[in-house]
Amino acid sequence: MIVFDRVSKRYPEGFEALSEVSFNIQQDELVFLTGHSGAGKSTLLKLIMLMERPSRGQVLVNGQNLKKLRASHIPQLRRQIGVVFQNHQLLFDRSVFDNVALPLLIAGNTRRETGRRVRAALDKVGLLAREKDMPITLSGGEQQRVGIARAVVNKPRLLLADEPTGNLDPALSAEIMQLFEQFNQVGVTVLIASHDLALISRLQHRIITLRGGRLIAPGADGIGGTTPLGRT
Amino acid sequence: MAMGASQSKTRLADRLRSWQLHHRVSARDSLLRLLHSPISSLMTWLVIGIAMAMPVGLTVALENASSVSMGWDSPAQVSLFLRAEMSLDAAAQLQQRVERRPDVHSARLISREEALREFQQLSGFGDVLESLDSNPLPNLVLVTPRQARLQAAEAAALQASLLREPGVERAVLDMEWVQRLNALMKLSQRAVWALGLILAMGVLLVIGNTIRLAIENRRDEILVVKLVGGSDAFVRRPFLYTGFWYGLGGACLAWLVVALALWWLHGPLSALALLYQSEFDLQGLGLVGGLRLLALGGTLGLLGAWLAVARHLTVIQPR
Repeated sequence: MIVFDRVSKRYPEGFEALSEVSFNIQQDELVFLTGHSGAGKSTLLKLIMLMERPSRGQVLVNGQNLKKLRASHIPQLRRQIGVVFQNHQLLFDRSVFDNVALPLLIAGNTRRETGRRVRAALDKVGLLAREKDMPITLSGGEQQRVGIARAVVNKPRLLLADEPTGNLDPALSAEIMQLFEQFNQVGVTVLIASHDLALISRLQHRIITLRGGRLIAPGADGIGGTTPLGRT
Repeated sequence: MAMGASQSKTRLADRLRSWQLHHRVSARDSLLRLLHSPISSLMTWLVIGIAMAMPVGLTVALENASSVSMGWDSPAQVSLFLRAEMSLDAAAQLQQRVERRPDVHSARLISREEALREFQQLSGFGDVLESLDSNPLPNLVLVTPRQARLQAAEAAALQASLLREPGVERAVLDMEWVQRLNALMKLSQRAVWALGLILAMGVLLVIGNTIRLAIENRRDEILVVKLVGGSDAFVRRPFLYTGFWYGLGGACLAWLVVALALWWLHGPLSALALLYQSEFDLQGLGLVGGLRLLALGGTLGLLGAWLAVARHLTVIQPR
């Protein structure tokens, strides 16, 4: 689903956020991406979303080489990917329903289809009763769940999350992670960037660790670990 | 193969439908957004409306003026002033003789008494005329040529030949001043066009700037929309509609302003026309002219929005 092949990202200021990163995420996998802040997690996600382009190396998403993707096709790529942000990126001038409906409006669903899918997504995250409320009236955990509903409403095959539990207490964080596991169980490939090691090491999934922009070998604890892309 | 074809056809239909849906949604939402802040929207509409009303109003005025001058211009007239010692009978004979000429359409005799009465009534110099001992006005024959529009040379030939009729003191061709008026009118039309162009640029800039502010205000929304896969066209659409509504609303106000101004001028103008014995009636924009004005306003709005969107929207990219 996601292939990184010796990807480096150097910013114009000279800072190298990623160096020679290679890994492969299979379809239906749930993978955690971890590392200290500044290790390159966000940059890695941005490369998948084409918010940034790599300086060297190749990124493949769903078999598509992003290097060959023209700027005019970026929206189509992003429609295939659901994204959850640490700061939710909700629009505070419209209701919960309208926030979740945004990707469907972009994709051009009919009104009835939109209503059905938005309610299904809100039901999934347990916020069906709040559809008419404004996001500002929701708690941090609820806002994050609205963000998740928006990410999955278009039934993407790939779900990215950037520190989705960053501002939440442990109990809420565990709930959110459970949601991601549920999506993964129905066939969605999930990549979650998180530095909450205590939480993610309890969950039995592969962990990719970045340090200073480089991938480091799988941990000695035997849980998951990276499988560097074999190069022949 | 057939499967693929039918699938892509459905997808095309879907895309067309969703495209239409978003157009509807954008059109409605952007209008509602404008109505949501009525005062500031009204201000923008007024600026656009006034800027458009100026050249439009002047154009209407010019068209009215040219319709008046057209009435005077064709056919050209030759006024024959008869010698003072000529009797009214002799004048009538002259009038009949002239009217029989093949190159003359009609000739009308205005006796010196008639002329005096008319002059007293209409000129406002009644008192002055009454203080005179005798009527200073000569008998007059107004000659209308057969051809509606005479070339300058033909008109001059007719004038010369009429001057040779016995008893005619002077033959005056009423054309030179009409030509001057027409030249003046053409100049004014050019001036109005220039003014119109300048004000249209002003309207473009006003709308462009308003849209630029709208884009700044909705920066967060644009970022999120781009992040979840909104295309440039999708992001652009609401702003283009906003510009369109600004232009259209401004044009509506311009129409209103012009109509009000015409209504206000109508009374005094028809009194003036009466003084000149003219059947002149003030012509407004009319339905077609009004619709054209609306189309122009909408187009200007769209163009102004496009300028702003092209410059400012591509800069906003999620980082």
